Amino acid sequence: MLKIENVSGGYDGVKIVKDIHFSVGKGEFFGILGPNGSGKTTLLKMMSGLLELEQGEVKIDDISISDLTKKQLAKKMAVLPQLSPQVFPYTVKETVSLGRYAHHRGFFQTWTDEDEDIVQKVMKQTNISRFQENSVMEHSGGEQQRIFLAQALVQQPDILLLDEPTNHLDLAYQKELLDLLRTRAREEGLTVVAILHDLNLASLYCDKILLMDNGETRAVADPNDVLSEELINHVYQTEVVKQPHSKIAKPQLHLLPGKKSEREGEQVKIDENMLSISPERIVLQSKQPLKTVSSGVVGAGAGWYSNFVNRHVDANYNCTNHRQEMREYLTKYGFPVSQTVGMMTAVVLEDNSYRLYEGDGFSVMIVVTAGVGNAVDSSRVNSPAAGPVKPGTINTWIFVNGKLTDEAYIQSIITATEAKAQVLRDCHILDAVTKKQATGTSTDSILVAATQQGKEIDYAGTATELGAIIGKGVYQEMKQSIQHYFKRKEMHGHLSSN
Amino acid sequence: MKSNLLKYTLSLAFLISTMLIAISVGSVSVPIPEIIKIIGSEVFHLPIGDGVDPKSISIVYDIRLPRVILAGLVGASLAIAGAAFQGLLRNPLADPYILGVSSGASVGAVSTLFFNISIPFLGMYTLPFLSILSALATIMIVLFFAKKIDKTMRVESIILTGIIFSSFLGSIISLIIALTGEELQQIIGWLLGSVSMRGWKYVGIILPFLIVGGLLLLMNTRELNAMSFGEERAQHLGVDVEKRKMLILAAGSILTGAAVAVSGTIGFVGLVIPHLTRKLWGPDHIHLLPLSIITGAGFLILTDLLSRTIISPQVLPVGVITALVGAPVFAMILIKQKKEKGR
Repeated sequence: MLKIENVSGGYDGVKIVKDIHFSVGKGEFFGILGPNGSGKTTLLKMMSGLLELEQGEVKIDDISISDLTKKQLAKKMAVLPQLSPQVFPYTVKETVSLGRYAHHRGFFQTWTDEDEDIVQKVMKQTNISRFQENSVMEHSGGEQQRIFLAQALVQQPDILLLDEPTNHLDLAYQKELLDLLRTRAREEGLTVVAILHDLNLASLYCDKILLMDNGETRAVADPNDVLSEELINHVYQTEVVKQPHSKIAKPQLHLLPGKKSEREGEQVKIDENMLSISPERIVLQSKQPLKTVSSGVVGAGAGWYSNFVNRHVDANYNCTNHRQEMREYLTKYGFPVSQTVGMMTAVVLEDNSYRLYEGDGFSVMIVVTAGVGNAVDSSRVNSPAAGPVKPGTINTWIFVNGKLTDEAYIQSIITATEAKAQVLRDCHILDAVTKKQATGTSTDSILVAATQQGKEIDYAGTATELGAIIGKGVYQEMKQSIQHYFKRKEMHGHLSSN
Repeated sequence: MKSNLLKYTLSLAFLISTMLIAISVGSVSVPIPEIIKIIGSEVFHLPIGDGVDPKSISIVYDIRLPRVILAGLVGASLAIAGAAFQGLLRNPLADPYILGVSSGASVGAVSTLFFNISIPFLGMYTLPFLSILSALATIMIVLFFAKKIDKTMRVESIILTGIIFSSFLGSIISLIIALTGEELQQIIGWLLGSVSMRGWKYVGIILPFLIVGGLLLLMNTRELNAMSFGEERAQHLGVDVEKRKMLILAAGSILTGAAVAVSGTIGFVGLVIPHLTRKLWGPDHIHLLPLSIITGAGFLILTDLLSRTIISPQVLPVGVITALVGAPVFAMILIKQKKEKGR
């Protein structure tokens, strides 16, 4: 469809674009990225025929654009330029209608019904019909952008070139414009080539990306390959972190503001003194947010949190809408929901056990509340618990004063879970139904939180120091907590039998 | 939306009424019905009724009618040239003067007077001929230099070169005036601009140029629309910008050169009329150009009428009136525009 073959060129003999080579298929959404001054706009001008090529060729369907007349080219390729100020008060419809110029022959061609239909249809699609009789100058940048997009679309081009189309647009218009372009590309086979500024938007919408640096090709590939930390760090001279989009299979890049020392903020160390324990709840509050992975009721998943609440609820707690109820509870007691991980347990909170374990250059604090009333063997569960969710009975908190990788988080959870199974085996706790060895309870929760300061810890498998401490610590604290639980049960049973 | 019929009806009504009034009013006033009879008789050879003074026939047909028509043609030429230059240069303040075209034509005319040039076979036509020739030469030189400065010939480069040439040519005119002895009165009179005492001959001189230049521009109205959104935009829409730009500049120069040749330098018409027409009827060049022709003609007929009646029997140069009327009108438009923008 569109081929750029070894194109070089620039202004006044200064080569700005150097040997660019790529092709774009029909219906593809192709993005051009690069820092300021990398030659993106110059390349686009050469592709649209505004600027002569010094070398190479631009071909549409294997015909060089220099062999086409201006009108022929305009019927195949339209351009949405960056907005420039308007001088004359043309109406919106007059402006859009000018897009039909290339379809008119000579001086005597009149406005046909077909022209009118196309103009009306496109104005409807771009959502500008209702102000078609107003002057273009009266409208905001975002609306003008849509008017000129409509002008380009009534050219009925196969290819649309855009130079930073989302400039001047607020969030909703950015999405609306790019959605419209993508729909056109998917449904009508419009080939879209857009210079984009925002790497993350490019990742979301582009099928393929050209990354330019200093007029040269740095990469032409799938967004996932182009938006690598290494490439972007190198081309933009800026440190970024690549993360998957949390809802769709596209990468996103995160900027790291300021200097490294500024980002880390005040040093914190999580220790026993930060815990406050009452019959209603166990709370840990940190001055700095901790990077947390958890299966709590509130604040589950990954995120940064500074409040951690393990709340006691009655065994008959009716939890049809437990998330909402938990949020209200947290708010009531002054814990901002957005900064809090909240868990529930029916266990009596006296049955807790915690301790700070020191490692080499890091430390780990483990807090466990355990009760084994509905212990199960996870490998032999026949009917998943029906009805309302019961509050967790073994809640494990692991706080690491150190800097963990994603792998270390996951390994911490594995290690802690293995330790838990061992505790239950050693305490001879059986599944109430199958009478087999239990591995946990049906609603256990876990939390791993790290300060992300200090020593970098890559792994937390059992072969590592962190893994060993977590294994040993979880084992000890959980065993102690279960022993508290049994002791209290025994006393309670003794009292009731009396 | 304002209907096209209304636009043209009102504009034509303005033109025809100014024509009739201008023919009617003067040292000897001729009633309008009589004018219609005389024109019918002279042009369409209809029988002239009784009671028409033969002296009136001469006044109307030999003096006032050619003067009014010449004024109309000059006004039309300047207005359509101005409208085209404004659209092409994307500048509502542009006019034929900005490109140095008028100055070029003036240098041609003034030199003819100063050196008393007379080309054989051309005789009386020497001055208009050289005037148009130097207008065309000026635009060629301006474009040549603009291209030297900037290969892509952006509008800004053309305007800049035009302004430089304008001042340069202006100083040549001043130099000639300084060296002038007895021809001074003649040169100054010509420079101030006038359509008086020219007769049918001058109508014949300007008319072919108006037809050629006017048609050229009317064939480029869509292109002018596209180019008023910027040259790059126009090219993306499919306009052959280089070619069209040359055509429009050449047509504008022919029109300006011809107007300057027959009437001297008459300012503000090419600036105010297109601006006013656009304000009234919209910026679409398909209608803006023909409407500017009609309104420009009417406007210059009206100002010429003022120039010969306002301090009668003294006759003022019409260029003085257009400037006197045009400048304040223009200032008012600007102030109003500024206010609207400020809102």
